[in-house]
Amino acid sequence: MNLKRFNWEPYLLLLPSALYLVFFLAWPMFQAFGLAFQADDGHLTLDYMQRMFSDVMFSAALINTVKLIIAIVPLQFILALVMALLMMERLRGSDILVYIYSIPLAISDLAAGIIWFSIFTQRGYLNSLLYGLGVLDKPFLFLNYQSNWPFAAIVLAEVWRATSIVFVILVAGLQSIPRDYAEAAEVFGANWFTRVWRVTLPLLRPSIQTALILRTILAVQMFAVVVAIAGRGMTVLANEAYRWYSEYRSPHLAATYAMFILVISLGTAFIYLRALRVKEEMVL
Amino acid sequence: MKKYASLLMLGAIVIGLLAACAPQTVTVTVEVPVKETVEVPVERTVEVPVEVTPTPVDYGKVTFISTQCVPVEEAEKMRGVILADFPGQVEFVPADYATFEDTVLAEVKAGKGTIDVIGALHGQFPTLLAAGALQDVSPLLDEVKDRGIPEAYMELGKLGTDTQYFIPWMQATYIVAANKQALDYLPAGADPESLTWEQYRDWAKNIYEATGEKKVGFPVNGLLHRFLEGYIYPSYTGGMVTTFKSPEAVEMWKFVKDLWQYVHPESMSYEFMQEPLMSEEVWVAWDHTARLINAFKERPDDFLALPSPSGPKGLGFMPVIVGLAMPVTAPNPEGGKALIEYMTRPETQITTLREVGFFPAIQVDFPGYVAPGIRAQGEAVTKQAAASNAIPAMLPVGLGPRSGEINKIYRDAFTRIVINDEDIETVLEEEAANLQTLLNETGAPCWPPDPPSEGPCQVK
Repeated sequence: MNLKRFNWEPYLLLLPSALYLVFFLAWPMFQAFGLAFQADDGHLTLDYMQRMFSDVMFSAALINTVKLIIAIVPLQFILALVMALLMMERLRGSDILVYIYSIPLAISDLAAGIIWFSIFTQRGYLNSLLYGLGVLDKPFLFLNYQSNWPFAAIVLAEVWRATSIVFVILVAGLQSIPRDYAEAAEVFGANWFTRVWRVTLPLLRPSIQTALILRTILAVQMFAVVVAIAGRGMTVLANEAYRWYSEYRSPHLAATYAMFILVISLGTAFIYLRALRVKEEMVL
Repeated sequence: MKKYASLLMLGAIVIGLLAACAPQTVTVTVEVPVKETVEVPVERTVEVPVEVTPTPVDYGKVTFISTQCVPVEEAEKMRGVILADFPGQVEFVPADYATFEDTVLAEVKAGKGTIDVIGALHGQFPTLLAAGALQDVSPLLDEVKDRGIPEAYMELGKLGTDTQYFIPWMQATYIVAANKQALDYLPAGADPESLTWEQYRDWAKNIYEATGEKKVGFPVNGLLHRFLEGYIYPSYTGGMVTTFKSPEAVEMWKFVKDLWQYVHPESMSYEFMQEPLMSEEVWVAWDHTARLINAFKERPDDFLALPSPSGPKGLGFMPVIVGLAMPVTAPNPEGGKALIEYMTRPETQITTLREVGFFPAIQVDFPGYVAPGIRAQGEAVTKQAAASNAIPAMLPVGLGPRSGEINKIYRDAFTRIVINDEDIETVLEEEAANLQTLLNETGAPCWPPDPPSEGPCQVK
């Protein structure tokens, strides 16, 4: 190969982001791997892994994380899709809808958690409203750890907070689909549902893939909303990683939990990539 | 009027600028006693007693990291009020335990630091000592010797060695705060000043039965582990570690489960009890004095400060000692020492109490201007410590970097027994094994209230 002819430009342009990924993602990940499998004196060990699996909080954290993902992701996906399709119908005032839908994007997850906590807590907005309307004669304890309400409140808060991310990705995807296809389908007599099902959704597949991967990974890492709403009443994996690091002061165990979260994230990403594979000939 | 205001403002800015530009070097007369032999490692700055002439002294920039006074309001009080009169610019850095420890250890590892003074709990120092991060602060002993710091506290500052590593700064403990409305529901014949835990449960039960609401709260998302380690365990079993799975402990857990029926279910989210107390979500709460202070400060007429209840073995309680130390890498050791001396002055100690609710570590009378609520809290603290059946329980010190893990064991036992309703004996057996492993691996000998041991403390 003639070096002079070799086009360095794209590589040069990729360099900054590559360096960033190496230093701020790959290197810490590598270090976390070391913390999880290496004892303080440097020899390799599976002790931390064993301790994590035998930790009494582990199974509760895992089950809660999975339950939350199952409850949140499909709900968010359907809601975002409906919102995005509504957007694309170009009804009057739909531009304002984009702004309204995107407001929660600007709110940090902890703030969102605190907002929903102040809605559901004993002296919160919801109880005040219901009491004011005469529905309740004394406050109802929504955040009672013995009930399913905290779980519902977390799902609601997450749906409110993060549906807009899925929405934005889907809208971007929808906008890149030429209108000709839908119009052609319409000429052939397809109704709205058929058009969405047979034309729009298949063409939207790459965006759906991105949205689902991103959303599920973020749901695996869910942390602040759970802490704000349920306190100690419910735990998730990221919660345990945090507590092992900051409260129980064992970076090894914290890293082991983090590695476990990483494995789950990689696993789900892989499943989505396989399940929603975009065949070459489908990309138009 | 407006013109004058802006002129004044301008004047202030100019003065400020001039002050900032003024040379930092200040002439200080130093008298070095000749007989003083200096035996210090070569790389350390020589510590000599400094006689400061009455001319204004500027100690320059002093960086002060602390695991206490971390909440924003408390940190602001530290910066704006408590540290305001120090002759120098103190940068107060509040940090949670993890950040604090990582920062100090990283600086020591690097051999170059920015931190001059460390403020931390007694139990947070051994890790730093083990890493060789702490300076000998004995030169300060002379300056603080007439402050009346209790001998026992000074002894704690040696961290089990012969060298003084920290100077006691302030103290706190955990007490009960009660809304006066709750007094109507006290069990018959109970004296709120000397309750038993059984009476405390009956009180919670009476409130629940009369009002239909569970109005007794615990900071489960806060310092619940201290309730388990320092209060309920010593009160029922007389020990903290050795009696972990004793028959008395089984009875104790049965009691806690019983009590929990009447505890506010949102306790799982409570971090500081002052908020639910002030919103009257709960009427009676147990917590750290600094986490109750706002209730007493803002509504002294509505709340009573009560000593913690006692159990069959006595009144278990946990005195919390906060100390001031200096890392070996302190860039401004003179400023650091001056700051420690300043923080232990009687007037600073009173300001600290008034502003952030930590009690003086020195001998001091509460002057008239201390708010009635804080005075009430102080009296409850004194009563608790002076109770004839008091069992002081110390924070674990011998666990070194793993002192956080013991909290998990007590918390896990609580979650499994009280929240998940698992079998008490099984849980205690399993968690006792975890506890013993931790003690064996760290080699920690028993600490009060458990009797001293040779070798690692043993769970009986």
